[in-house]
Amino acid sequence: MSDLPLLSALDMARFVARGFLRFDGVVPDEINRQFMAEVGDAPEPGRHMLATYGALMAKAAIPEAAPGAPLSTIYPQEGAVARLLDLPVVRGAIESLVGPDPVFDHHFLHVTFPPAYYEATGGENVSQHTHQDSTVDPTPGFDLQIMYYPHAVTREMGGTRFVPGTHLRKVSEAALGRYQNIRGQQHMVCEPGTLLFLHSGIWHGGGVNRSDRTRTMFKIRMNPSASQARRFDLSTLAEPARRPIFYMKSPQPETVEQILMTPEPWFEHDTGRLEFINRIQLWRHLVADPGYDADHWMSRLENPARQSL
Amino acid sequence: MRRQKVLVLYLANSALDSPVIGWAVYDGTGQTRRMSGDEDTPPYRTGVDALKDGWRLFQASQILPHARGEEFDLAYLKYEFFFEQIVETGA
Repeated sequence: MSDLPLLSALDMARFVARGFLRFDGVVPDEINRQFMAEVGDAPEPGRHMLATYGALMAKAAIPEAAPGAPLSTIYPQEGAVARLLDLPVVRGAIESLVGPDPVFDHHFLHVTFPPAYYEATGGENVSQHTHQDSTVDPTPGFDLQIMYYPHAVTREMGGTRFVPGTHLRKVSEAALGRYQNIRGQQHMVCEPGTLLFLHSGIWHGGGVNRSDRTRTMFKIRMNPSASQARRFDLSTLAEPARRPIFYMKSPQPETVEQILMTPEPWFEHDTGRLEFINRIQLWRHLVADPGYDADHWMSRLENPARQSL
Repeated sequence: MRRQKVLVLYLANSALDSPVIGWAVYDGTGQTRRMSGDEDTPPYRTGVDALKDGWRLFQASQILPHARGEEFDLAYLKYEFFFEQIVETGA
């Protein structure tokens, strides 16, 4: 058993149901300031946006790194990112979600520039289309993406937009760009040192920056190197709650099942039920229990009596 | 000069009077520039409310059967309705 502060069963259920976990202000200011110093100041407005971005990346003290190496080998030991990844709360959450010794996939410095940069060059200051990262992904597990916000983000600065609960949909990257707005979408407004842990399938995009300063976010994607099952704090995992369904006289207590069966505002009437089933399937995968069920959705379908002659 | 404005509504089921869960606006007049994440409240409660406000429906998604073995696979939003308004711009 790890001595790290692993995620509880309820937090794991929240991640399975909604595809994200927020850790507000968990990175100390000293690391936040170090990270911003390592990134350096953005060039003054006036150059083409690609050139501006290129100049910023070239001078930032963030290493170029090929995918496939152990995450623990990527960042200089005294650098801000290594120090961030070494925080117990971060190590515990990573281990809970992707297991020990994750593999580095890629990272990126997302910098969103204020209107002055676009006005200087005639470019258009717009938000990023909503998308799912990488490719369509039919596998039962997931990668973890950590979004690090080293400075305060206001609503005016745009922030990362994401749609809770979309992570289990098998879509192909920018194919969903047509969906400008979806009920329940969230915009990251946060204090410095906030981390957003995302399931790799969640629908998201960068918001438009209408403030007078650049917005900086650093993303790290990591892959599991071993099974993701039963990595969280198993001492918090209770027996599945057998609850009344549909006909209920009072609110239900918060359990794994209650969390997994909570819909999102954008759920369609019929496919919302399939979302519940897909959450159950992911929970089965993460607790290594192929017989797990919540609210009878799978038991109804898997009833052996239906198959008998 | 006439220009087209397009409203795309994603509804909670195949009925045009079901709730709006997602939406997009593309403005061919150039008077507004809508973009991802620019509005958190739907412009209409249902598709029918858009009709009442003068939008003309010109396309609705089909209701398709589920392929065997893929019954639980979810991908794109299912109930997509395209509306238009033709606007006289005078330009």
